[in-house]
Amino acid sequence: MDPKTLRYAKTHEWAYLEGNICTIGLTKFAVDQLTDVIYIDLPDVDDPVTAGDSFGEIESVKAVSDMYSPVSGDITAVNEKLETDPTLISNDPYDKGWLIKVKVEKGTTLDHLMTLQQYEEQIASEEH
Amino acid sequence: MALRTPLYDWHIGHGGRIVEFGGWDMPVQYTSIVEEHQAVRTAAGLFDISHMGRLSFAGADALPLIQQVYTNNAATMKDGQVRYGLICNENGGVRDDVLVYRWPHGWAIVVNASNREKIVRWLDQHKNGRAVEITDQTMTTCMIAVQGPQALALCRGLTEADAEQLAYYYATPTRYHGKGCVLSRTGYTGEDGIEIMASATQAVELWEELVRRGVKPCGLGARDTLRLEAAMPLYGHELSEEIDPFQAGLSWAVKMDKGDFIGRDALQRRRADATLPRRVGLELAGRRAAREGSAVLSDGRTIGRVTSGTVTPTLNKAIAMAYVDPAYTAVGTVCTVDIRGKTEEARVVPLPFYRRETGERSRVSAPSANPLGR
Repeated sequence: MDPKTLRYAKTHEWAYLEGNICTIGLTKFAVDQLTDVIYIDLPDVDDPVTAGDSFGEIESVKAVSDMYSPVSGDITAVNEKLETDPTLISNDPYDKGWLIKVKVEKGTTLDHLMTLQQYEEQIASEEH
Repeated sequence: MALRTPLYDWHIGHGGRIVEFGGWDMPVQYTSIVEEHQAVRTAAGLFDISHMGRLSFAGADALPLIQQVYTNNAATMKDGQVRYGLICNENGGVRDDVLVYRWPHGWAIVVNASNREKIVRWLDQHKNGRAVEITDQTMTTCMIAVQGPQALALCRGLTEADAEQLAYYYATPTRYHGKGCVLSRTGYTGEDGIEIMASATQAVELWEELVRRGVKPCGLGARDTLRLEAAMPLYGHELSEEIDPFQAGLSWAVKMDKGDFIGRDALQRRRADATLPRRVGLELAGRRAAREGSAVLSDGRTIGRVTSGTVTPTLNKAIAMAYVDPAYTAVGTVCTVDIRGKTEEARVVPLPFYRRETGERSRVSAPSANPLGR
């Protein structure tokens, strides 16, 4: 995935909408902050998710963090490779490290999320 | 405001992520905890441990005071020897775990950063007019550890004294670039290595020389995963004012027959109490880490609590230390651990989880073979 084509949540998830399937992952900034990822707890296919709510947890050596869904809908796919190799997310957060795919309602947009530029501005200001 | 070691600016300037620990701003990691951990297990890692309290003792009555507060026997120590022990309260609970150093003309005790002020006050309270002078040297000195199979080789020629000549758990005064320092063959990682106490004014110079020699800077994150693999207790987790040394499996550090010391009577009773929870090692079936506070269950009943847990880089498993009811301490006992609402299967395994390859065993790791600590 080209980061320029994605949208971003304040909580460092990225989203990509194609038709009514939204793919969700974590940004490079987020995984770099986490460093040593040891476990990712993902929901099951067909589970509902609500925009703004946690859909799972990502665990590093030092801490556990929630991951928040930027959209509402039902889970259609979960990246099972992360179960056996959580480091995929650190090495390739925008492609092989995708987390979940959510089927959203017709007419859903990602307009409420940030563009790459806006997200980069957010992280720049966070670092101070 | 948290305290800062003489190396704080260096840590910031080199990507150290700072957290507050025991009242000090310390680096938890520079790159990755796993990378730093692996560096110690395979080569050599560098730790700023200047936050630990360094107390020195002078005067004719130093030994009697130390003997009064310390559970191990300082009187049988040789000059230059370093010995681990506990300082207990009157109920036998642990106030701190410490290293005592014996010198020809004095003593030193290294205490945990979080307990420094508490122990200084405790010693003061028990001086009772004795001829002993205690100096807190923490702020005027630094302490740096080099740990790993290559540690000794990379430190060759660093100080006047040769660390390779030092026996394990021995120390010597020596010089670094002409100034006095103390070199000891001690550590908290389960690997061979040294710790150096030097003047605070030499901290940066000493640290930078070690970095140039190829020792990799490591933070407290790796320090924690390393000591956990080696089953070394951490104050505030496996040790506290409510836990006695026998429960912790540290009976080897308590010399009941050396004479009276604070907590001895209570410890006599506690040692005989077969109902008290004991420290065990757990290996978990899954990949999620148990954390401090996680409940340990058997048949749906809580039978213990986790005190430390992680997924260990060297062993590549989820491990934890926990206190469990005595009926569940046998190696092989199966139980479950509640990790944030989901249970994981676990079983009791022998400690330590990791032991380095040589004949020398880590002094402060394993509980005695008898889980009741007698």
